[in-house]
Amino acid sequence: MPVITYRDALNQALREELQRDDRVFLMGEEVAVYNGAYKVSKGLLQEFGEMRVVDTPITELGFAGVGVGAAMVGLRPVIEFMTWNFALLAIDQVVNAAAKMLYMSGGQYPMPIVFRGPNGAALQLSAQHSTAWESWLAHIPGLKVVAPGTPYDAKGLLKAAIRDDNPVCFLEGEMLYNTKGEVPEEEYVIPLGKADLKREGDHATIVTWGKMALVAVQAADQLAKEGIRVDVVDLRTVRPVDTEAVYASVRKTNRCVVLEEGWEHSGVGAQVVDYVQRECFDHLDAPVLRVHQADVPMPYAKQLEKAAKPDVPKTIAAIKRVMYLD
Amino acid sequence: MAKTKKGEPRPANAAAPQNGAPADGDDAALNRELLRSMLLQRRFEERCAEAYAIGKIGGFCHLYIGQEAVSTGSLSLLRDDDYVITTYRDHGQALARGITPRAVMAELFGRIDGCARGKGGSMHMFDRNTNFLGGHGIVGGHVPIAAGVGFAIKYRGGDQVIICFMGESVVNTGAFHEALNMAGLWKLPCVFLIENNRYGMGTALERASAIHDIHERGAAYNMHRDFCDGQDVFAVRKTVGEAIDRARREQQPTLIDVRTYRFMGHSMSDAVSGTYRSKAELDEYLKRDPIALLRAHMQDAGQITDDEVHALDEEIKGIVQDSWDFADASPEPPLEALYEDVYVDTTS
Ligand SMILES: Cc1ncc(C[n+]2csc(CCOP(=O)(O)OP(=O)(O)O)c2C)c(N)n1
Repeated sequence: MPVITYRDALNQALREELQRDDRVFLMGEEVAVYNGAYKVSKGLLQEFGEMRVVDTPITELGFAGVGVGAAMVGLRPVIEFMTWNFALLAIDQVVNAAAKMLYMSGGQYPMPIVFRGPNGAALQLSAQHSTAWESWLAHIPGLKVVAPGTPYDAKGLLKAAIRDDNPVCFLEGEMLYNTKGEVPEEEYVIPLGKADLKREGDHATIVTWGKMALVAVQAADQLAKEGIRVDVVDLRTVRPVDTEAVYASVRKTNRCVVLEEGWEHSGVGAQVVDYVQRECFDHLDAPVLRVHQADVPMPYAKQLEKAAKPDVPKTIAAIKRVMYLD
Repeated sequence: MAKTKKGEPRPANAAAPQNGAPADGDDAALNRELLRSMLLQRRFEERCAEAYAIGKIGGFCHLYIGQEAVSTGSLSLLRDDDYVITTYRDHGQALARGITPRAVMAELFGRIDGCARGKGGSMHMFDRNTNFLGGHGIVGGHVPIAAGVGFAIKYRGGDQVIICFMGESVVNTGAFHEALNMAGLWKLPCVFLIENNRYGMGTALERASAIHDIHERGAAYNMHRDFCDGQDVFAVRKTVGEAIDRARREQQPTLIDVRTYRFMGHSMSDAVSGTYRSKAELDEYLKRDPIALLRAHMQDAGQITDDEVHALDEEIKGIVQDSWDFADASPEPPLEALYEDVYVDTTS
């Protein structure tokens, strides 16, 4: 199987879906001539032309709304945010327009649109460029929220997102674009809302998604060296959540850690813990713990940034605590 | 009525002076249709006020009385395959576009036969059959959506247009500016139609906008711009007609300041006058009732008799009563509908 980067996997998905359906177009800042701020759309302008790969002014609210309008009348926009931090300027269109249109129109106007871009922290980008937004988005009925952690998942899920007739927020990771993984040559699509067991073990469960899937896998591999075997349940989609996959794992291991990139308060992780306490109460041998970003804006200084971010040591420590090894 | 046709000069944003009867009002059959459309909106809204008072309509409810020449004048020019989008003040456009009074009233009553199955209410009229893309409740939010519809028309190489109605307060939102910039930049077939009724809730245009001739904002986006008297249905047709042609033939957007006035409060909870506008001011504007102006013109031109006006009015009252009865008899959406329409389960 070819090994390619997460970036190229996304590029393939976009290319294939642009080829497959001429209602699909890509729009955003720097997506065309510049090949994308992170080069995800490299070569697409040459192949599909400027009507289908569209550079916009810096006008997030405006072009998100353009996407909504185009989706209302039958096109299938893929709207790129240079990063999700900037999508806040467009949040009215994502939440009040895209997510609610089907409902408030009594089912008349589905919204086949994808909003995508990198989410969360890279390195030393400090307060305004480092936020993980999935908990904001996952709060909203009407949206689907997808956060793939590997090239394979990125490609299969982006294709599914583009084909879905609902609005999908697709969260990538700046630190993931260069990561590599196996991606088959033949076409495949991964259904939204299905978790993937990235590591298997019977001592404890890590539930995670997005970029943290990498951290979880690294933690699991280190723990394995100490003879601790953990399940890594990669949700891949945080709305809807594949609760059955979570329950199956927790009922097997009886111990659970939820790992997320964003802040603790009102996070998706809190929702997962709620699911677990309701459905797996009698199976738990320890309180469910959470690993997350420190409750502060992201600092710039290296040492502080490291302290703020969830990472492998913090995840390992949490696993040991739910196993009462510390 | 003929005596009051000219009305009083308007402050700050006075429309072009209207000298006597509009010149293009010779088509008696057309005028009758325009009168019918405007009268339907008027009688419909009067009954909405009544239904609201007795609790049959809930939530926010913004009436359209006084602005009927704007919806009728502009929408009378559209083709069936064109698109319409507007704000929460949407009953008038919904009726003028041809959504049935029954479906609009049932929506207001929150019933299953409403044009949005009772899920939208007063502020969110939607109808796929007439390409009515909503009633939207976030001031300014629908303007980029209109640009997106224009983009889709161009993407497909079609010759439809979209009319995007908005209140004058919208011109101060970022969404408006972002949308107009893209529409100007990409030459999108959009008619951005400001229904300038002088007040955004209680804030007069002059207290909110740094410029008062707000169509001039189009200059910043290299866009055609125009203004007209929104109480004169013929003036609306002329100005909006030119903009529609420009959009359809040349794919050029236009920003139009249509100067009108709302005869009721901002919403059902707002007094008609006394706080931010005086009774005297309201009375001046009431002299330029768009329906009275059209009727006077038609009577002067011998296009309709008093008896015919009366008969038409009675007929329309009957239609509105029928819509009320229909809405009243329509069931509330069943509880199963609560979780419907959040997602579709289709892919493509
Ligand atoms: C973004 C936003 N801010 C505030 C409001 C509350 N609000 C509803 S209508 C309105 C006034 C709008 O006036 P205008 O655009 O002139 O339209 P009109 O009501 O006169 O038709 C305001 C402030 C809102 N709905 N959306």
